[in-house]
Amino acid sequence: MSGVAIADVSEHQPPLLARGAAAPFIAPALVVLCLINVLPFLWSLGVSFFHFRADRLNTAPRFLGFANYSDLISDPDIWEHFVNTGAMIAFSVSIQLVVGALLAFLFHRRFPGRRLVLMLVLTPMLLSTVAVGTFFSLFYDPTFGLVSAIVRPFTGAAFAPLGTPFSAMTSLVAADAWMWSPFVMLLLLAGLDGVPSYLIEAAEVDRASYWRQFWTVTFPAVRGVLLLALLFRTIESFNMFDLIYTITNGGPGTSTESISTEIYDTAFVLFESGRASALGNLSVFVVIVLTRIYFRAIQLRREAT
Amino acid sequence: MKEAEREPLGSSAGPGRTVLAALVGIVYFFPVVWMILAAFKTRADALATPPKLFFTPTLEHFWASFHRVSADGARVMRTGLEGNFANSLVISSVSVGLALALGALAAYGFARLRVRGRDYFMFYILVLRMVPPITAIIPLYFLFRVTGLGGGYVAIILVYTAFNLPFAIWMLKSFIDELHPPIEEAARLDGSSDLTILWRICLPQMRAGLAATAIIAFVFTWNDFLFSLLLTSVTTRTVPVAMTRVVGADVGVDWGVFAAIGTIYLAPVLLIAFFLQSQLLRGATFGTVPR
Repeated sequence: MSGVAIADVSEHQPPLLARGAAAPFIAPALVVLCLINVLPFLWSLGVSFFHFRADRLNTAPRFLGFANYSDLISDPDIWEHFVNTGAMIAFSVSIQLVVGALLAFLFHRRFPGRRLVLMLVLTPMLLSTVAVGTFFSLFYDPTFGLVSAIVRPFTGAAFAPLGTPFSAMTSLVAADAWMWSPFVMLLLLAGLDGVPSYLIEAAEVDRASYWRQFWTVTFPAVRGVLLLALLFRTIESFNMFDLIYTITNGGPGTSTESISTEIYDTAFVLFESGRASALGNLSVFVVIVLTRIYFRAIQLRREAT
Repeated sequence: MKEAEREPLGSSAGPGRTVLAALVGIVYFFPVVWMILAAFKTRADALATPPKLFFTPTLEHFWASFHRVSADGARVMRTGLEGNFANSLVISSVSVGLALALGALAAYGFARLRVRGRDYFMFYILVLRMVPPITAIIPLYFLFRVTGLGGGYVAIILVYTAFNLPFAIWMLKSFIDELHPPIEEAARLDGSSDLTILWRICLPQMRAGLAATAIIAFVFTWNDFLFSLLLTSVTTRTVPVAMTRVVGADVGVDWGVFAAIGTIYLAPVLLIAFFLQSQLLRGATFGTVPR
């Protein structure tokens, strides 16, 4: 598919591009990015200073200045959503790192059928989040769910994992971590492949203890990818929407409402486009800061190798 | 295109670890098995307490995914799910193809040609991929309504192209960075243009990289829910959104049908991923982990 598209370009354009001129190469991509990403972002930057509803296009937007932002910042509910989101990220990403590391530890050596077994572990990543979310909500059903069926013999009563704020968040985190721990495993496998074999042999010749070998040989080699995994999963968890939407829908109460679901509700349930854009811009700011750290981590890793 | 599996570190695993790894794999896969089983269970079996592991399989849900019987039982109608499948396939393929084409050009530009402020470009391109999709959708929703593009194929394909582009640029650049410049320089001395060099020298050497980029972008687009939910119409709706319509039905969730759709939808991705497993590795990291 892509081959065809590229072939068209190369056949119809004269091969006279000035040597070293990058503009013709990067311009097409930048045009698309500007049109679909940058311009709309500037629009929402503008709209965030107005009272504006996308469902009432006939009503003129009313200029508010920074009122949308000051409302948000002084709204304790918004802070609660930021705290929820932060807790969910910390909870989920740390589980992903631990489970991902254990999986990588288990799978980095060859054994017969490794390819097949790896596929079993990688499948959650390939599922649509909506399918995962909906199915986990079945697992969590107090009457028909698997979790309740496992707990019931011990407690004698039906168990509703989505019933209390803490267990609801745990349930969400379980689904998220199940999907994305294999991703951390993939990164760590790549890191482990980069450990020079002479170092391991040297450690073995020296009869270094297992722990010592881990801390002096293995860990330094995977530290870089571990950081990348941490940052990338943090950003992605910050953006998490589908799982919350399908499993808890923010409940019970607003205890699992995240920034993304709050933006969704504000923009597409209440249609408060101005306020939603303002909140969106705050979240973009958070993401830019996180991406900056991620970018720096990539650069450091490049320099190290 | 099938690559030899990469040599994992160190020696082979002992029998103990092999058994443990296999067990962990099976446990980890269990929720997926449960979904696939649910697709073959009758409604009574699916909701039995305690949950049933053994049952008589049925294919009724696969039929019911595509057909709907009218209330009086007299007529059989189509649910239009095959249209949703076609939409998913067309929208994902076209947008991934476009992202790959534009991404390869840009990646070559950033990797090999003079660009002032390259790091800034690369950073903000990465930011565009990282911003929460929901924030990007608010203005798009409005702009598509105003321009009348909303709900059409052009709009959603452009959106997915734009959201796959940053990833494609990063990935493909990392692959071009690894190629040996002397071959390209020789071609340049012979008078080849940059476009010829990209097309005849770089791309043929990075087929695996193109495959990795294509798979990851395809899986992302194929499974995406939010963009499709808010930016498609009945005619352009993709499967993940159509799936949730089953959930929203008044009679409660029809788990069998839901599971059947999920199973069919997973199958092609699983197949591609199995054969191109080693490419997934590179893709998971935006190309930042060297081979």
